[in-house]
Amino acid sequence: MSDVQKKTPAEILSSYDGRSLRIMEVCGTHTHEIFRLGIRKLLPPQVDLISGPGCPVCVTQVGFIDEAIWLAEHGATITTFGDLVRVPGTTGSLATARAAGGRVRVVYSPLDAVAYAREHADERVVFLSVGFETTVPAACLAVEQAKAEGLQNFSLLTANKTMPNAYAALRDSADVFLYPGHVHAITGTKLCEDLAAQGVSGVLAGFTAKELITALAVAVAKGAEGKPFFVNAYPRVVKPEGAPSAVALINKVMEPCDAEWRGLGVIEGSGLRLRGEYADVDARRVFQMPSIEGRANPACRCGEVLRGACKPSDCPLFGRGCTPQHAVGACMVSGEGACSAYYQYGGDLQ
Amino acid sequence: MSDKNSGHVTLAMGAGGKQTAELIERVFARRFDSPLLTADDAAVLDPPHGKMAMSTDGFIVSPAFFAGGNVGKLSICGTVNDLACMGARPLYLTCGFVIEEGYPLQKLEQIADSMATTAAEVGVTLVAGDTKVAGRGQVDGVFITTTGVGEVVEGVSPAGAKAAPGDAIIVTGDIGRHGCTILLERDDFGIEADVTSDCAPLWASVKAMLDVTHDIHVIRDATRGGVGTVLYEIAGQSNVGVRLDATVVPVDPAVGGVCRMLGLEPLYLACEGRLVVIAPRDVAPALVEALQACPYSVGAAIIGEVVDERPGWVVLNTEIGTQTLLPQPTGELLPRIC
Repeated sequence: MSDVQKKTPAEILSSYDGRSLRIMEVCGTHTHEIFRLGIRKLLPPQVDLISGPGCPVCVTQVGFIDEAIWLAEHGATITTFGDLVRVPGTTGSLATARAAGGRVRVVYSPLDAVAYAREHADERVVFLSVGFETTVPAACLAVEQAKAEGLQNFSLLTANKTMPNAYAALRDSADVFLYPGHVHAITGTKLCEDLAAQGVSGVLAGFTAKELITALAVAVAKGAEGKPFFVNAYPRVVKPEGAPSAVALINKVMEPCDAEWRGLGVIEGSGLRLRGEYADVDARRVFQMPSIEGRANPACRCGEVLRGACKPSDCPLFGRGCTPQHAVGACMVSGEGACSAYYQYGGDLQ
Repeated sequence: MSDKNSGHVTLAMGAGGKQTAELIERVFARRFDSPLLTADDAAVLDPPHGKMAMSTDGFIVSPAFFAGGNVGKLSICGTVNDLACMGARPLYLTCGFVIEEGYPLQKLEQIADSMATTAAEVGVTLVAGDTKVAGRGQVDGVFITTTGVGEVVEGVSPAGAKAAPGDAIIVTGDIGRHGCTILLERDDFGIEADVTSDCAPLWASVKAMLDVTHDIHVIRDATRGGVGTVLYEIAGQSNVGVRLDATVVPVDPAVGGVCRMLGLEPLYLACEGRLVVIAPRDVAPALVEALQACPYSVGAAIIGEVVDERPGWVVLNTEIGTQTLLPQPTGELLPRIC
């Protein structure tokens, strides 16, 4: 270690000559920043960066988009983050539903959706709640706010996901995980420590150039030793205990459920749904929605991309039928998606 | 209550009769007064010497009033700058208005004031105009189209296909302010920041450069799509690579802060008073010096170079010393920005 300590993080990366390592950045923001900063250029050939399933839009199942379209066709006003509007469902997207006369409004926070509901009492407003532990507290807050105001026209369509069981499902896809700083700012570090005890290695990473390079240097230096480890390289923001009040809010409003991840299938206990006492704000119940199952475009390899099993450019649709302007798969729609980042930053040219 | 005193534009004011004449008299004629602007059907003008440049543009910005300007100022700057980019001194402008029924006359007068002030500053004459009124909801506020004619300075012929390896790339000031201003004025994000549009007429800056040299390869105004889109267009047209130094691209700290919060790239935010200039490396420092002496380009800087490698691509030297491709433009960030 004394030798390691003399080098800068960038030097540790560029001079690494140990065993080959697969490092999976779980978080979509990490994927984007790694491309934006050209960080792959600092890595030796035996270190492979894999873009994992950490973009909430990318892992949202096709059936969820179909459900949202069904709601738009049955009188609901859909409020959603902009990224979801162009994500393809089985036959169309919310953009095509809007063009056909459906009401689809882009909002920037769940509380904006509540404000919209307040100002449009004659509309039945549904907020599309996607995302991980980072964004769930805001959706829960919106529900509590709507209830406190006595709004009768606001509900959630949930497809929220949680990371713990996803890591377990992905454990064979990588040697070291770059854990998402935002998620663990909420949930704390205990899960990461438990995973290390089970043989899954990881480093918690921040989002600036310095934080990312430092986290990768730690991943490489510790990964070379071959023993399971966990290091919090983002202690400025992530505390061991996380944000207990946010976790308490999630647990008050939502409960774990099995969840379908695009590309990964159903992972037991990896989703969140509204608790029974919140049935009056659960859009599936409010609108008595039938069971809807989606079908992805069979040529799209988003699923393998999300598992790190193939590169975006290995997909036959990449850059041909599927571009950010005309996306077939969700990974090409979202700015944080691996295919989108790969395409926009020149992919293999990097 | 008569139309004249109602304070709002009415459909009758667009019908071509007496009330139209009153609207034109009250709002436009006295502000745009010149011997060339008559009540006849067309302006009769002396032709420019040498080559003539001509351009037209429509302006439908929402909101019509923003920090640093309004749709009126924008409508003069936009067309004047298009002419200036061809090395042409702006001579004549025409303007067409489509105004929504019910639009406050006082605001229309403010817009006309801005147009007159900006045109006078540039030395361009408004020689003809048209006014139509559309029913409520058929347009949003005021839409303006301006068409301009300019006199090309002899021996000057900048074009997007003329960038050559070895050229320096200059921007005439900090980037992205107009796009950022409009973004904040729409208040979708609930962010407040002290940002003012860069909307400005740039003929004086171009003239200052042409006084230094006529050997300028490309001049483009970086409007919709921003500097990044312009550079990709030039890289494609000239079949060259563009290399930018990300650490020297001038960005106002407030604009940079907003971009970081929203995950936006300042290189893709619209400008309305910034040029991208490409010229041989040896004249670039003198051009920058000349630009910095002009009020709307004091922040001019060399931000990169034209290279042989990777034709068609824009490569960024990043803050950590790596190189990365600037993501290709993916279309409009916001509708109705200019």
